[in-house]
Amino acid sequence: MTVAADIAIDVHGLTKSFDGRVVVRDLSMQVKRGSIYGFLGPNGSGKTTTIRMLCGLLTPDKGDGTCLGYDIRTEADKIKLRVGYMTQRFSLYQDLSVRENLEFVARLYGIPDPVGAARAMIQRLGLQGREEQLAGSLSGGWKQRLALGACTLPNPQLLLLDEPTAGVDPKARREFWNEIHALAAEGLTVLVSTHYMDEAERCHEIAYIAYGELLVHGTVEDVIEHSALVTYTVSGEDLNGLLHELAGKPGIDMAAPFGTSLHVSGRDAAALDAAIAPFRSRKGLVWAKSEPSLEDVFIDLMSRARDNFQ
Amino acid sequence: MSAREPNISSGFWRRTTAMLIKEFIQLRRDRVSFAMIVMIPLMQLVLFGYAINTTPRDLPTAVLLQESSDLGRSILKALENTRYFKITHQVTDEAEFDRLIQSGNVLFGVEIPRGFERALRRGEKPALLVAADATDPVAAGSALGALNQVVRTALQNDRAVPDAGAPSFEIRQHARYNPAAETALNIVPGLVGTILTMTMLIFTALSVTREIERGTMESLLSMPITPIEIMLGKIVPYIIVGFVQAALIVGTGILLFGVPVLGSLWLLAALSTLFIATNLSVGYTFSTVAQNQLQAVQMSMMFFLPNILLSGFMFPFAGMPTWAQWIGEALPLTHYIRIVRAIMLKGSTLAELHYDAIALFFLMLVAMTIAVTRFRRTLD
Repeated sequence: MTVAADIAIDVHGLTKSFDGRVVVRDLSMQVKRGSIYGFLGPNGSGKTTTIRMLCGLLTPDKGDGTCLGYDIRTEADKIKLRVGYMTQRFSLYQDLSVRENLEFVARLYGIPDPVGAARAMIQRLGLQGREEQLAGSLSGGWKQRLALGACTLPNPQLLLLDEPTAGVDPKARREFWNEIHALAAEGLTVLVSTHYMDEAERCHEIAYIAYGELLVHGTVEDVIEHSALVTYTVSGEDLNGLLHELAGKPGIDMAAPFGTSLHVSGRDAAALDAAIAPFRSRKGLVWAKSEPSLEDVFIDLMSRARDNFQ
Repeated sequence: MSAREPNISSGFWRRTTAMLIKEFIQLRRDRVSFAMIVMIPLMQLVLFGYAINTTPRDLPTAVLLQESSDLGRSILKALENTRYFKITHQVTDEAEFDRLIQSGNVLFGVEIPRGFERALRRGEKPALLVAADATDPVAAGSALGALNQVVRTALQNDRAVPDAGAPSFEIRQHARYNPAAETALNIVPGLVGTILTMTMLIFTALSVTREIERGTMESLLSMPITPIEIMLGKIVPYIIVGFVQAALIVGTGILLFGVPVLGSLWLLAALSTLFIATNLSVGYTFSTVAQNQLQAVQMSMMFFLPNILLSGFMFPFAGMPTWAQWIGEALPLTHYIRIVRAIMLKGSTLAELHYDAIALFFLMLVAMTIAVTRFRRTLD
């Protein structure tokens, strides 16, 4: 297998099952160096398992590939030296202080001046004044920042972030993403899994995974275009009643409320138009053809994947 | 207030029952706890019932024969007939005789002096010397009590003895190492080992399971560190802790109970360090096997119990049946108790203790090997 120098992750046919239950099925993906790659999918879709296979924490049942040019099956030790992995659950030592946690990580990676490196990271994270605070007593947002700091301390070439912003407030989330963009600008490759659509739109490329299968990947525009979904936005009175009338009608693949409006989508434009025709003239409703949102696309992908899965 | 209104003062039984059902479900899922409920009483019953004997029989005895005579053989037969003594060694050299007692190979030494038969036939009431290793007063006590019987019965069938009615010889007892049979001299050295076993096991038994339970193991495994590095990093700090603890117990024993340290303190320190490392390795092995911290503690308890009962700490080792002695040989505490009693009370040197030292080292290697192979580098 030839690996282009500008590819950070290149894996083929990864499959992993636990107790006979397939969690990841025949997954292939390529991630370019220096890009932010969003990894989306519902809970239990295999995102965490895939990330763990990439950094050598799990051995794939089938499939192979490279991470930073190193074989994920046989060169896990070399991958570990160059990859920062931020776990879904806070996994630094709660009973060590901020400074002690960072110094521990710096020593494990053999950084020449661990004390100085930890102090520099505390500066960068803006944690001055909190360095002696126990990590367990930090708020959710600060914990995420500290965890990211611990991952980036050994100067990795690739960051694997598993739902880094789950349960973090919007302001901390925005700051976190600014930091990730700053790191990518320095040449770091970032693979980040998330549930949030606004975060997906901050990625250079995204992939959507459901029931262990990678369903679609590309830029956000590619993914929306590729979906071939036609969407109407309806606003007006008694949208809840309308939702019940529309749901399940042939030609309507999806109808969901979005704030004060309703998104009605279908994959077959003609069938959708036919289905909504009787409602278009209803008084008090305003119909407008619109772009499907990323969320529409994903919910559609997921429902189709479930149909295939069952 | 209407009957449907939620009310904390009613429904006591309903809520208690809900709690009770939940506890039963959780207990049923926790297989190790379930095993403990069955195993602990069974283990205690079997060990106390079959293995433990506070009036031990067939204790290993060495005989120093300075003359060979039919009379001497009759006395030895009478000793064995009490069923307390079992002659395992016959020697003719005094130095060898002392070494056997010093090293703990035998608990008793019987010396039949030169000219014994002649003196007896002349009615001079010669003395038979019985030396006992009194570091364990319980083991020695009942056997020494049976000696008077030997004096009366040994020669009653022997027509050569002039007056069979009166005792024709005397037995001179010599309780070595602990002549006053003070319990503290026996208990304090044993306690060093027992306390170290308990605390060292718990320290490391929790170490890996705690990392797994708190989720820190996942990030530790994703970093460049090997299982052996993790194990050594977790064991070494507690060697120091254990060392401080051992020094505390020995120091207090000397100050409060006047327990002597006849042997080399350096040897005691070195072998104590080995024993501490062995227990830490065993505890660490449990922590790589246990699913959670509770299981790790339960495994430590299951290991601790036979250590207490079968090591010779509470009950005489020589009095146990062979199968129990084999189990005892596989427990670190058995070897350490021999070491610590021998160094403190008998002034033994490494030359006499090398078997127990090697056994400790071997047990440590076995535990470490299991731990390193059991330790999973991945989350598979």
